[in-house]
Amino acid sequence: MIILKKICKSYNGKTNVVDNLDLHIQKGEFVVLVGESGCGKTTTLKMINRLIEPTSGQIYINGEDIKSKNKNELRRNIGYVIQNVGLFPHNTIKENIATVPKLCNKKDEEILSKIKYLMDIIELPYEEYAYRYPRELSGGQQQRVGVARALANEPDVILMDEPFSALDPITREQLQDELLRLQEEFGKTIVFVTHDIDEAIKLGDKIAVICDGKIIQYDTPEEILKNPINEFVESFVGKDRLWKTPDMLKAQDIMSNKVVKVYGSRSVAQTIEIMKKHDTTVLAVVEKRARSTEKLLGIVGSNRFYGIENHETKMKDIMKTDVVKIPFDMPLTEVLNIRKEKKLRHSPVVDKEENLLGIITNTSILNVLSQIVPESEEY
Amino acid sequence: MDIIGFISKNYMTIINKTLEHISLTGISVLLACVIGVPIGFSIVNHKKIANIVINIANVIQTIPSLALFAFCMPYFGIGRNPAIFALFLYALLPIIKNTLIGIRNVNPAIIEAARGMGMSKTQIMLKVEVPMSISVIMAGIRIATVTCIGIATIATLIGAGGLGDLIYQGIGMLNYPMILTGAIASASLALLADFILGICEKQLTSKGIVRQEKA
Ligand SMILES: Nc1ncnc2c1ncn2[C@@H]1O[C@H](COP(=O)(O)OP(=O)(O)O)[C@@H](O)[C@H]1O
Ligand SMILES: [Mg+2]
Repeated sequence: MIILKKICKSYNGKTNVVDNLDLHIQKGEFVVLVGESGCGKTTTLKMINRLIEPTSGQIYINGEDIKSKNKNELRRNIGYVIQNVGLFPHNTIKENIATVPKLCNKKDEEILSKIKYLMDIIELPYEEYAYRYPRELSGGQQQRVGVARALANEPDVILMDEPFSALDPITREQLQDELLRLQEEFGKTIVFVTHDIDEAIKLGDKIAVICDGKIIQYDTPEEILKNPINEFVESFVGKDRLWKTPDMLKAQDIMSNKVVKVYGSRSVAQTIEIMKKHDTTVLAVVEKRARSTEKLLGIVGSNRFYGIENHETKMKDIMKTDVVKIPFDMPLTEVLNIRKEKKLRHSPVVDKEENLLGIITNTSILNVLSQIVPESEEY
Repeated sequence: MDIIGFISKNYMTIINKTLEHISLTGISVLLACVIGVPIGFSIVNHKKIANIVINIANVIQTIPSLALFAFCMPYFGIGRNPAIFALFLYALLPIIKNTLIGIRNVNPAIIEAARGMGMSKTQIMLKVEVPMSISVIMAGIRIATVTCIGIATIATLIGAGGLGDLIYQGIGMLNYPMILTGAIASASLALLADFILGICEKQLTSKGIVRQEKA
């Protein structure tokens, strides 16, 4: 849909503010460019609607090089929302929303019904707000109109440059939620710039972390949180970030992979040795599979050995088989609920083929917790 | 000092002189608008040229009015034409200056939004810059008009007519009612013009814009 190819931008001919940047954005994707102030986000964004021309490189939208298009026509088909709202103060809300369709000479009735529809969606009823002026609206309402104005000409692409950063936190949350709803409904391709990593994580299908005009990591929010590519991304994202978005924590993030295993064919005597060696009383019973994976068969605890005379008895005959196997991608909250409900202490985590990946115990959860709690704070 | 008596005897002359005065200032200010506003718009993005223009206009403003009228005579002879030209020059400064200030005061974010939505330069000027700066431009026109109505009383000295005729003839004849009539008429004209232009300014300014006091 949108392709930026080896884009460079230099204002003084020496340093590149945007440096050899490649970015592929799929149709319908919500991509957030995030980075510290001055890293080149706005410059990158404005090159997409040619408010700024790149020093070198190409940008394609739907396969067409945007340089081959008329600037104004290009811009009329790309929604643009900026931080300072940019509504025309001398025009009413209605006139503001109608700006681009009017530039394109659309029919009056068509424009009117579009305005009514959009004002309904942004929850500023036409009857009440159509003839008001921007200064008679709150900051949040103004920015809603800004979004409606960007949608009015039905563009496929919308560019947003820190649209919510001047708003108070509560209004910002609301508008973020509304934007997500709109995105669900219209399926627009959105390129969104912010310096706020929380906002990026909340909104983006994908996040491009930018530093000094380069994309450091371009990934889903989940990947960026869990597998930051380097220290820069890690510190930018913040260590404790994962806990602020517990939905993203999955079983595999809170399990311990140091799980002590025993093959099902082992005897009681052998198993007791293993338990002694690892100073534990519970083992996972597995069966070897191809490519160094091991299928989980069950769990065995030392309490199972009571009354067993024959020390040659195999584990697979005495193990507990009705264990709750936790899928690796089960959300944290669900895992905790199941453990509480079924009073589980050892919950093995498995992949789709029931291969053993790790084990969740109270200790493993505590371990993860202690890693993530901010280091700077002392208790 | 029988002003009432003077007015009642000479009301036709007074009306004629007033009309002359109105046409003198009206034509000059109109010319100054037609030329000054576009000049303001065309130089707003060229800082150096804008400064030069403002400086020239400032210099013109400092020339004593009588001298300016005199300077115009070699080119336009005597009568209305040199007077109109001189008044036009006086009106130019506040109009260009306020046009510049008005456009410069338009929030750049709004211009950027306009560009980002695909408006052409002309569309931005007509649909954004003019409506957003109209109150400041109108204030400039008001200042120009009031100034010109005052200065136009001197135009009589180069034979251009107007209410100055009454004042200067009155001085020559030591006719105080005549002097006063000319002075009061020109002052009232200035007040009236200011009032009417004030209404125009208000009408032309969108209700969405909080009107700025004179820049
Ligand atoms: N018109 C310009 N002329 C010179 N330098 C500029 C211009 N615009 C931006 N810059 C510089 O380019 C860098 C990136 O700016 P920008 O893209 O606005 O950053 P961001 O949006 O990430 O805060 C900054 O260092 C800024 O100072
Ligand atoms: Mg920016």
